[in-house]
Amino acid sequence: MSTPDNEPGSEPGTEPGTEPGDTRTQESARPEPEHRDADRWGGVLREIASGRAMTAFLSVLLAVIVGSLLIAATDEAVRDASKYLFAAPGDFFSAAWDSIWGAYTALFRGSIYNTNGADFETKIRPLTETCKFAAPLIAAGLGVGLAFRASMFNIGGRGQMLMAGAAAGWVGYQFDLPWPLHLTLAVVAGMVAGALWGGLAGFLKARTGAHEVILTIMLNYVAFYLLFYALSEQSLLQAPGSLNPKSLPMKESAVMPKLLGDRYNLHLGFVLALVAVAVVWWILNRSALGFRIRAVGLNADAARAAGINVGRTYTTVMLIAGALVGLAGANQVLGTVTSGIGVDLDAGIGFDAITVALLGRSRPLGILGAGLLFGAFKAGGFAMQASQNIPVDIVLVVQSLIVLFIAAPPLIQAIFRLPAKEAK
Amino acid sequence: MQLVLRGITKRFGTLVANDRISLTVESGEIHCLLGENGAGKSTLMNVLYGLYQADEGEIELDGVVQHFTGPGDAMAAGIGMVHQHFMLIPVFTVAENVMLGNESTGFAGSLDTQAARERVREISERFGFDVNPDAVVEDIPVGVQQRVEIIKALSRDAEVLIFDEPTAVLTPQETDELMEIMRQLKGAGKAIVFITHKLREVREVADKITVIRLGKVVGEADPKSSNAELASMMVGRPVELTVHKGPGNFGDEALVVEGLTVHDDLGRVHVDDVSFTIRRGEILAVAGVQGNGQTELTEALLGLQAHVRGSIRLDGSELVGRSVRRILEAGVGFIPEDRTTDGLVGGFTIAENMMLNRSHGEPFVSHGSLRLDELHEFASDKLKEYDVRAPGIATLASQLSGGNQQKLVVARELSRDLRLLVAAQPTRGVDVGSIEFIHKQIVAGRDAGVPVLVVSSELDEVVALADRIMVLYRGRVVGVVPSDTPREVLGLMMTGERPEGAVA
Repeated sequence: MSTPDNEPGSEPGTEPGTEPGDTRTQESARPEPEHRDADRWGGVLREIASGRAMTAFLSVLLAVIVGSLLIAATDEAVRDASKYLFAAPGDFFSAAWDSIWGAYTALFRGSIYNTNGADFETKIRPLTETCKFAAPLIAAGLGVGLAFRASMFNIGGRGQMLMAGAAAGWVGYQFDLPWPLHLTLAVVAGMVAGALWGGLAGFLKARTGAHEVILTIMLNYVAFYLLFYALSEQSLLQAPGSLNPKSLPMKESAVMPKLLGDRYNLHLGFVLALVAVAVVWWILNRSALGFRIRAVGLNADAARAAGINVGRTYTTVMLIAGALVGLAGANQVLGTVTSGIGVDLDAGIGFDAITVALLGRSRPLGILGAGLLFGAFKAGGFAMQASQNIPVDIVLVVQSLIVLFIAAPPLIQAIFRLPAKEAK
Repeated sequence: MQLVLRGITKRFGTLVANDRISLTVESGEIHCLLGENGAGKSTLMNVLYGLYQADEGEIELDGVVQHFTGPGDAMAAGIGMVHQHFMLIPVFTVAENVMLGNESTGFAGSLDTQAARERVREISERFGFDVNPDAVVEDIPVGVQQRVEIIKALSRDAEVLIFDEPTAVLTPQETDELMEIMRQLKGAGKAIVFITHKLREVREVADKITVIRLGKVVGEADPKSSNAELASMMVGRPVELTVHKGPGNFGDEALVVEGLTVHDDLGRVHVDDVSFTIRRGEILAVAGVQGNGQTELTEALLGLQAHVRGSIRLDGSELVGRSVRRILEAGVGFIPEDRTTDGLVGGFTIAENMMLNRSHGEPFVSHGSLRLDELHEFASDKLKEYDVRAPGIATLASQLSGGNQQKLVVARELSRDLRLLVAAQPTRGVDVGSIEFIHKQIVAGRDAGVPVLVVSSELDEVVALADRIMVLYRGRVVGVVPSDTPREVLGLMMTGERPEGAVA
C-alpha cells in the first residue's frame, strides 16, 4: 500500500506543513469515495503532472534549453554570423543550430555512446566513464538525501568526504594486508570517519539545538584545514621526502578492482554505490529506523509525542549520512585517484551531492537517476570542451540552472502552465 | 441594508461545495449559518467576501447585483469579515492594524496614525469594546484581538459583518462577551452573519438560522428549537447529544499524582503543586479556562515537559523522569490537544500514523524491519472499527477532515492495552457526529476499567464525561467536585473562587 511512489514530498522547507484539517474541510466538503479507482488514477496523473517528478524533468529540460542559448551565444561562428544577422539570417540560425547540435551531440558522445569510436569497446567507453563519475555522486547524494528526509540540511559533504578520504587513504597506504581484507578495511575506515564527522554535527544539533547548516559548513572548514595540515606534516600524512601536500599512493591490495578490465576506468565503487542505493531504500521504506526518520522529518512534534527520541534520530541520521558520504570519499581515494590523498580529493562532489539529492527528490532511486545524469554531465562536459571548444563551465551552468528551476517549482508551473498543486 | 444571495453554486473540480444556496440577511438581524465542518459554510462566505467567484448565482445588496472580484470590492460595498484566523500583524499596534490597507497619509506620505487612533477610540467607545489603540497586538488577549478585527471592519463602514467560527479560539467568558458585542452591533442596525457549528451559541443569539449540509441549504430552523433538533438537521440523522454512561465500577487508585509542579525554561510555573488520584474505571475531567496549566499537566504525564517535580505513579511505578517512550510502554494512551502538531504526521498515510507510537517493536516491527502486512491489516480493521471516513489506509492524514483525523488518533491510542488514557480536548474542532463517537469510545475505555483523564475547555463536555471534576486555575487545583456540581459553581471555580459546599 505505502509504496515509495505515493509517499509525500519531504524536502526540508518545501513541506507545506500540517494544515489544520478542519479549516481545509470547511472550505470544501469532502466527496464520498465512490469512484476509488478513478480517484486513484486521477491522483497518479495529478502527481505526475503537478508533482515533483515532473518538476524535476522539466527543470532539466528548461536548463538544457537555457544552456543551448548560452552555447550559441558563446560560439564564435554564431557571433560572427550575428554581425550580418539581417543581411543573412539563415547564416545566423544555421550557425546557432550547428553549435547547439554540436555541443549536445558531443555531450552524448562523451557520456553515453561514442559513435566515432573504432569498435564497440571504444564506443561504449563513455558510458562506463559516466558510471565512474556517477558512483561518488550517488553515494554522497544518498547521504545528503537521507538527511533531507529527516528535514536536516547536510551541507557537510565536503568535510565528511575529506575525513573519509584521509582515513581510507591512510589505511590504504599504511598497512600491508591481503587484497580483499585490506580494501574492505580501508573502505570501512573511510565510512567510519565520514560517519563520525557527520554524526558529530547531528550530535551537536541534538544536544545543543545548534543548526546543522552552520555546524556542517564550519566542520567543512575544520576538515579541510586539518587535512591540509596533516598533509603538510611529514610525521602525519605527507609522503616521505615530498614537498607537496600529498600522501603516498595506495597499495595495490587496497585499490578497488576495475570492473571491466583495464580498458575501462570503471571500478568497484559503482557497485558499492548501487548497493548503497538498495540499502538506503530499505532503510527508508522498510525499516523501523527509516519510519522514525521520516516521522521526525515530517513532524518532529508528533514524533516526540509518540515516544520517538528526536535527538537520537538526528544523530543516527547524520551518522548514516556521514557514512554514505564517506563511501564517496573512499571511492575517490581507493578507486578513482589512487595516487594518494590530496586536499582536493572531494572534487566538489560534497556540494554536487546536494544538487543530486534535490534533483532526486531525496528518494534513493531518484538519487540514482540524478547521480547518473550528473555523472554524464561530468563525463560529457570534457568531451564537449575537447571536441567543440565549448567551455566546460557551460555544463556547470546547466547543472546550476537545474537546481535553480527545481528550487522554484512555481516558476516551472508558470512556464509550463501546470495545474498548481493546491487547487483551492 | 438587505443582503440577498441567490442560487450560489461553487464547484471545486467535481466537488460541489455550494449547491444553489439562497439566503437573505436583513439589517438589525443575526443570521446564523449552522453546519458541520465541511458543509460549505466558509466557502459560501468566501464567495460573498469576493475571495472566490461563484460559478452560478448572484449577490444582491439592496436590490443591486454585485460583482466582487476581490475582498476590496466587498469591503467597499460594506461587507466586513472577521476571520477565524485573525489577519493581524502581531508586532503592530491596534491602530496600525486597523489602518493597514486603508492608510491615510499626510505630507510626503507620512502616516496619519493620530486619525486611526481616534477612529479606534471612537468605535471602541461606541460599542464598549475597551480596546487601547496603542496596545501591541501580540500582547493583548485573543478575545481582544478579535475585537480589533471587528473594529477593522467597522472602521471601513461595514454594514454586513461576517463572523467565521469566531468562538473557536475564545474562552467561555470571551464567548459570552462576543455574544454581547454581536447583540450591540445588531442594535446599531448592522446585519450579522454568524457561522458556527456550536448549538448553544446559535440558540443564544440567532434571529434566524439557516442549516447547511453537504453544500445545500437543508432548511431554516427556529431559534427556539432544541439542541437535538438542530443537531439532527445538521448531521442529517438523529444525534445523541448526551453521553450515555452507566454508573461507574471503580477499582483501586491507579494513577496517583502528588505535588506535581511544572515550570518552563524561563522558570515560570504552569502547574503548581497539583495532587490528585484516578481510580480504575473512572473518568476525571479537568475543567478550567484554557491556559491554566492543563496543557502542561497532560504533557507532564506523558514525559513531554522538561522541568517536572513531584511524583506521578501509575499502578505503583513512578513515571516522572522516564522518557516518553517508556511512559507509552507503561500503557499510557495520549490524545493530544492539537492533533495536527502533536497527534499526527500529516504527510504520513493513515496506516503509518497508526503505528506512529509503536515503531520500536511488536507487533509492527520485528528485527528492525517493518511488518507491512500486519500493519495494513490492522489499519484496515481499525479504519472500519473507528469509522474513519477515508478512501483507504494509504490516504494521507493531512487529507482527512478534522473529525476523521481525531478518530484516527483515538483509534491508535485505544487499540493498545491501556493502563491510563489522557485525552486533551478530545473533540475540539470535531463535527457533531464524530464527537458522539469519540465520547462513546472514551466511555467504553472507562467501562473496560481504564482510568481516564479528560481535559476540556468545553464545560458541556466536562460535565458529560466526568465521574469527578477537577478545576484548575493558574496551575493550582481549586477543587475536585462530583460530576453533578451545578454549572454556576463550576464557572465560579474556574475563576479561582471556591464556593461553599464544593467538597474536595
